[in-house]
Amino acid sequence: MTQKSSEDYLKTIYELSQNGKAVGTTEISQTLKIAPASVTEMLKKLANKGYITYSPYHGTTLTSEGRRIAEKIVRKHRLLERFLHDVLKIDKEKVHSQACEMEHSLSDEAEESLCRFLRHPDSCPDDGKMIPPCNLQIESCAKCIQLHEKGLEEEGKHNQRLIAISSLKEGQCGKIAFIRGGRNMVQRLLDMGLTPGTRICIVRIAPLGGPVELAVRDSKLAIGKGVASKIFVEVESPVAD
Amino acid sequence: MSCHSCPLNKKSSSQKARHLKIALAGNANVGKSVIFNHLTGLHQHIGNWPGKTVEKAEGTLQFKGYTIDIVDLPGIYSLSTYSLEEIVSRKYIAVEQPDIVINVVDASVLERNLFFTLQLMELETPMIVALNQMDIAKSKGINVDIKKMEQILGVPVVPTIAVKGVGIDKLLEKAIEIIEKAPDKKPAEIRYGEEIEEKISLLIDAMKDAELIYPRRYTAIKLLEGDEDIEREINRVAPQVVATAKKLASEIEKLHGHGCSTVITSERYEAAGCIARAVQTMVPPIKPTIGERVHSFTTHKITGYLTMIFSLVLVFYGIFTFGDVTSSVLSDLLYGLEPLVRSAFGTGIIGALVWGGVMEGLIAGITIVLPYIIPFYLILYFLENSGYLSRIAFLMDNIMHKMGLHGKAFIPIMLGFGCNVPACLGCRIMETQRERLLAAFVTTLVPCAATTVIILGLVGNFLGIHWALALYLFNFLIIFLLGRLAFKVVPGEPTALIMEMHDYRWPHMKTILKQTWFRVAEFIKIAFPLIIAGSFALKLAEVAGLLEPIAAALSPITVAWIGLPAITGITLIFGILRKELALVMLATLLGTTNFAEALTPMQMVVFTLVAMFYIPCIATIAALVKEFGWKKALTITLFEIIFAILLGGIAFRILTLLL
Repeated sequence: MTQKSSEDYLKTIYELSQNGKAVGTTEISQTLKIAPASVTEMLKKLANKGYITYSPYHGTTLTSEGRRIAEKIVRKHRLLERFLHDVLKIDKEKVHSQACEMEHSLSDEAEESLCRFLRHPDSCPDDGKMIPPCNLQIESCAKCIQLHEKGLEEEGKHNQRLIAISSLKEGQCGKIAFIRGGRNMVQRLLDMGLTPGTRICIVRIAPLGGPVELAVRDSKLAIGKGVASKIFVEVESPVAD
Repeated sequence: MSCHSCPLNKKSSSQKARHLKIALAGNANVGKSVIFNHLTGLHQHIGNWPGKTVEKAEGTLQFKGYTIDIVDLPGIYSLSTYSLEEIVSRKYIAVEQPDIVINVVDASVLERNLFFTLQLMELETPMIVALNQMDIAKSKGINVDIKKMEQILGVPVVPTIAVKGVGIDKLLEKAIEIIEKAPDKKPAEIRYGEEIEEKISLLIDAMKDAELIYPRRYTAIKLLEGDEDIEREINRVAPQVVATAKKLASEIEKLHGHGCSTVITSERYEAAGCIARAVQTMVPPIKPTIGERVHSFTTHKITGYLTMIFSLVLVFYGIFTFGDVTSSVLSDLLYGLEPLVRSAFGTGIIGALVWGGVMEGLIAGITIVLPYIIPFYLILYFLENSGYLSRIAFLMDNIMHKMGLHGKAFIPIMLGFGCNVPACLGCRIMETQRERLLAAFVTTLVPCAATTVIILGLVGNFLGIHWALALYLFNFLIIFLLGRLAFKVVPGEPTALIMEMHDYRWPHMKTILKQTWFRVAEFIKIAFPLIIAGSFALKLAEVAGLLEPIAAALSPITVAWIGLPAITGITLIFGILRKELALVMLATLLGTTNFAEALTPMQMVVFTLVAMFYIPCIATIAALVKEFGWKKALTITLFEIIFAILLGGIAFRILTLLL
């Protein structure tokens, strides 16, 4: 099992399980264009390594370690897409396959430099999907550069899962890590009590991509989906997903 | 007290001392307006802040020989620069220097409310806390130690239950007591972390010779937070300080790894949370309260939408059945006056002008305002004060987003189907000026009941219901397209939904009645002169025999471009007064209600299309003027006239090809 193929599997499972559901073997086989039998065999290997939990009838879910690797690779992929499109001006249609090749050989150091160089983009050029946050607890480009100059990179590093509150499920709780966005909106969210370190819980999610309702500081807030995707939290208890 | 040091701003003569200024400040939905209504009764005035479109409610009361002016500041969560309301409020407190600020605090959501209290304290204004909604707090199992809270904040705290009138008198007495005995007493100071305090002192030092609007410490903190409004002020008096502040702020940023405003806001919230935990003891009830159960029912993905549809249909049906019945009764009653007026002013030109101009305008006003707007306001305030409005916004947010608006805009748009006037007025539930304007623009495009009369009466009757339906669908398409266009064109940052969902509560009826009464009075003041003047001008044109020449003058547009008979120019002008008049006058001028004799099917469609969009009626224009000023109202009006003319011409050409 090469590193590339295991990363491709984890990435595929990550992208197919965005809504938190278990992913079926058929889905994976169709996406990767690999025969179901080979997929099953590979899934077993990945399960042995502790990256996924796999059961033949219930499908596959990522473990936290598997998710970490997958997020890293998705992040690299999406950053590369931005780089290829924004800087090298390569067509939107071509960047995806190119990035798929490059993502596996991009070192972590190169990834961080790329992130800085691109001034911390939020989303990909081809489909507007959010780029997963880097695993430094960094909220702005200026901060990233500052930290880099100071050599403080190690300090902010942590292993918890950073996830936008728009991807949480009803009942999940977390501590706010940082908020992306314009000054006015960030200040508004801070004023409403969403300061870093504050514990929030998801009370309700309106259907069809509607707003989320949060419980914070003994009161309830409704936050539009767009804003919710810019507030990142450390998930408190990774509910079995 | 000594008056030598501050001769200008503080009350210095004994006559003036009998006149007091009190401001009410606090979060939205904490019962501030209930307290305001308790204090001022019917002695209120609702207007706008000078030069701003922020509502200003003022009132007066007599108490212990004092004449007290009370200003109800807008309900806000912070004193930063997110909204106009926040800037207006802090400027008022700093510049106008009220004798005391009553901070209304919701005891059931203490932490969030104290965050605002701490900011008021930083403004170093004399203040007193009204700890309101004690009953709701109790039902949530929250107990507050008043003594301890007074100690920590350094300001008096009076527990109140405003909806029952409990504690209001004591609040006022206490406020007067402070003004009389300790007018210069400042609230306690909030201390931030050492590294921040150090920077604050540096900045205070740097500004020691500057003339400032806000207290020095407050200014220093806000400069560190990067408050743009304060930076502008300081740039005028001490530009070098702004640069210093930026440098200091970046030092804090390096230290904490978060933006400086994030650090300071976090510390302030930390302080608020710390105080809240120190003064309240909580015994949460085991069973969820009724309010919580209603909340989860009304936001559920199935029952929530069902409840919403049911209540909106009820509201809509209620307003418009009531409106219809009352409107026709009133109209019959008022038209009964016709012989009386006619006999008083004769049947000549003067009689025609008085009746056809002034009286008919007045009748139009009365039959629109009273039957539709009054119940509309009553229900709007009921929904808002009870908390249901925010649940509807929650459920409708994602659909409204497609139009570039957020959930709350659904309410005015829905109401627009009945009458555009209350719909435009209802747009003030949106937070920012930009959103209000966008929502109002969209509502003026919604086909109201009168437009429906034209659609059904002309196209529906003569061409069949499928044509009427098609026109309706086309109207929705246009609303969607123009809404998106306006969203792109109107400058400003789109605001997403960030809204507190406070607990359900039974609203205070007296407050709702008063809020309705003062808004209706305000509307009458603005709309009636405009409606009467418009109606008078039309009658004058008719009496002077100008209608034919006007129709002729308009014929290049109406006949050549849009392909309609010349008389439609006149009827469309009448439609400005009331939309259905466009059809009624057409019947009058044609001398028949069988429109098929005078109009081809295609002309019917084109005429209806034009009538749907060509202008907001005069009462709607009045509402736009009231909410947004003449300039924006006329821009919208002009845009819609041009749009309808273009649309009519294009439709005429396309339909000629098709039919």
